Amino acid sequence: MNVAPEQAGGREALFGYLVEFETVDQVLHAAAQVRDAGFTRWDVHTPFPVHGMDRAMGIRYTKLPLLVLTGGLTGMGLALLMQWWMNAYNYPYIISGKPFFSLPANIPVVFELTVLFSALTTVFGMLGLNQLPTWRHGVFSSERFARATDDRFFISVEASDPKFDPQRTAEFLGRLGGSEVEALQA
Amino acid sequence: MKQNQEIQDQLGRPPLVIGGYDFHSVTETVCKVVEQPKPPIGWYIGFTISSLGLATLLAMISWLFYKGVGVWGVNNPVGWGYAIINFVFWVGIGHAGTLISAILFLFRQRWRTSINRFAEAMTIFAVICALVFPGIHVGRPWVVWWMFPLPYAQNMWPNFRSPLLWDVFAVGTYFTVSLLFWYVGLIPDIATIRDRAKTKVRKILYGIFALGWRGSHRHWHRYEVAYLILAALATPLVLSVHSVVSFDFATSQLPGWHTTIFPPYFVAGAIYSGFAMVMTLMIPSREFFGLKNLVTMRHLENMNRIMLATGMMVGYAYSIEFFIAWYGGNQFEQFAFINRALGPYSWAYWTMVSCNVLSPQIFWFRKMRRSIPVMFVVSILVNIGMWFERFVIVVTSLSRDFLPAAWGYYRPTYVDVLTLVGSFGLFFTLFMIFIRFLPMVAMAEVKGVMPQAQASHDPEHDRAHVPRAGSMQPAPGLAGGGAQ
Repeated sequence: MNVAPEQAGGREALFGYLVEFETVDQVLHAAAQVRDAGFTRWDVHTPFPVHGMDRAMGIRYTKLPLLVLTGGLTGMGLALLMQWWMNAYNYPYIISGKPFFSLPANIPVVFELTVLFSALTTVFGMLGLNQLPTWRHGVFSSERFARATDDRFFISVEASDPKFDPQRTAEFLGRLGGSEVEALQA
Repeated sequence: MKQNQEIQDQLGRPPLVIGGYDFHSVTETVCKVVEQPKPPIGWYIGFTISSLGLATLLAMISWLFYKGVGVWGVNNPVGWGYAIINFVFWVGIGHAGTLISAILFLFRQRWRTSINRFAEAMTIFAVICALVFPGIHVGRPWVVWWMFPLPYAQNMWPNFRSPLLWDVFAVGTYFTVSLLFWYVGLIPDIATIRDRAKTKVRKILYGIFALGWRGSHRHWHRYEVAYLILAALATPLVLSVHSVVSFDFATSQLPGWHTTIFPPYFVAGAIYSGFAMVMTLMIPSREFFGLKNLVTMRHLENMNRIMLATGMMVGYAYSIEFFIAWYGGNQFEQFAFINRALGPYSWAYWTMVSCNVLSPQIFWFRKMRRSIPVMFVVSILVNIGMWFERFVIVVTSLSRDFLPAAWGYYRPTYVDVLTLVGSFGLFFTLFMIFIRFLPMVAMAEVKGVMPQAQASHDPEHDRAHVPRAGSMQPAPGLAGGGAQ
């Protein structure tokens, strides 16, 4: 506990609090406590995905797979439509007496475009749901946060959380067994 | 820790990361390579040689565009020469990268984490090399955009019933998906370099490509799902790409090409050649850049095992081709295969067989599997052998087809040979730039498979799982519940 009073006093510029942990076990245990305390606008920052953290944070499974399914079906439909329209309707092409529209011959392109659309949806859907790119964020105001991509684990609680109270939240975070609580500037 | 050690001992498997590394030493080891102000002298030598190769490629392409495809050795009856051979060769090289990053990921082969970045980069550069060849082979490169279904190319559309057009879609999709897969894997590692950057330029450049990644677990959750989906998409994709490449041959009526074994045979060969190329690149890189604790002998040995297995599959395909030619009773087909083994190109055929089938047999011996010089030599032999495989397929069938009056003997010109050499220049130049500026080992993934990354105690399920013993100190509140 080393929160300077003027920082903890709820200044407008306060983004939230940050606590640092050294081990996976500590941060998993602390995350479960933050979850149980009922916070909603908080996060855990780790250099690699920690297994068991989804449950410890109470994260619901992402809807990304549904998006990907939609993207893949779109690609499939477009590929079929394109091949039919181009080779059988708009400019029918006679090639060695083959049928104008023949499903087996059109499957390779259908397959490739299904995969292409699914992959694009996966990546851009993931970035979109994560609201990335965002080059400005409150946690970056901390000096030591650079180690979140190296070897340290952090929990941040945002001041915009309805349960947030400058004094009591700082005390609560201080009891989690991590480092001293740091106030983040917005 | 003790329990983990016991499991490892029972399986006889050494750990994936050695040298007593913790998370920070992984970061240090990998980032040091991109952060050192000057790379080792070997890098300069390699970069100089490969850029000379690249310059050769550009010179040869300029000459080709100036004079036309007559500067190549292709003519009747062999209209597909080095360009198609090189295309198939380079696309095949790329396949190992996708196998390591996607298929081994789905099979939970955790040893892949140390080498997947490397192999994925190799995929992308190999596909770039591959894409050069059909582009310059069309004869009129200024209308190369006719390959795509764009409006107003002669007011006509491409023929979607042609395997050559399937290739455009297959290889185009393959390149795009590989690039996405690679970049998604890179985002957290670029963020690591951004956070360690000392200069403003580095902070901004790596910062832009890190997309503001902050290691948020809410992000990691979707990231892992996305990664899994990409792996699941890339797995059938990689099998489809070389199958479609093989359709270029298999849907024709030429003896020796018109066979149903081609798709699986091409895919096995592709993975085989790609693994050889990964070895060729990885053995010197881990030596020069001090990555021996991350890319360990266990990784190399596993790679050699896969090469032995895929080499045997390729050998099986060679023999079954002969069997079916005899069993099928088609005399043109029978002639095509006897001609391969005993005809004017028998030197190429037997080079292929000795490099691809005989040389990996040495990996039956554990001592040879673990010998760096042996595996390096074998990897180069396999690269050569796999190039000759495509040479044999393309040239022997075309040079002697149905009518003896139309037979010929194909000889490449110096432009053909230097273009092939130059494509290696392009490949290695891109590779040198990659290892200088981007982390060549996936740090976040390697950290995730280290024992310290596993929770020794799951607070939610006290006794539901046997705890995976990590080396962690129990958290203060858990001291009592940690041991079971």
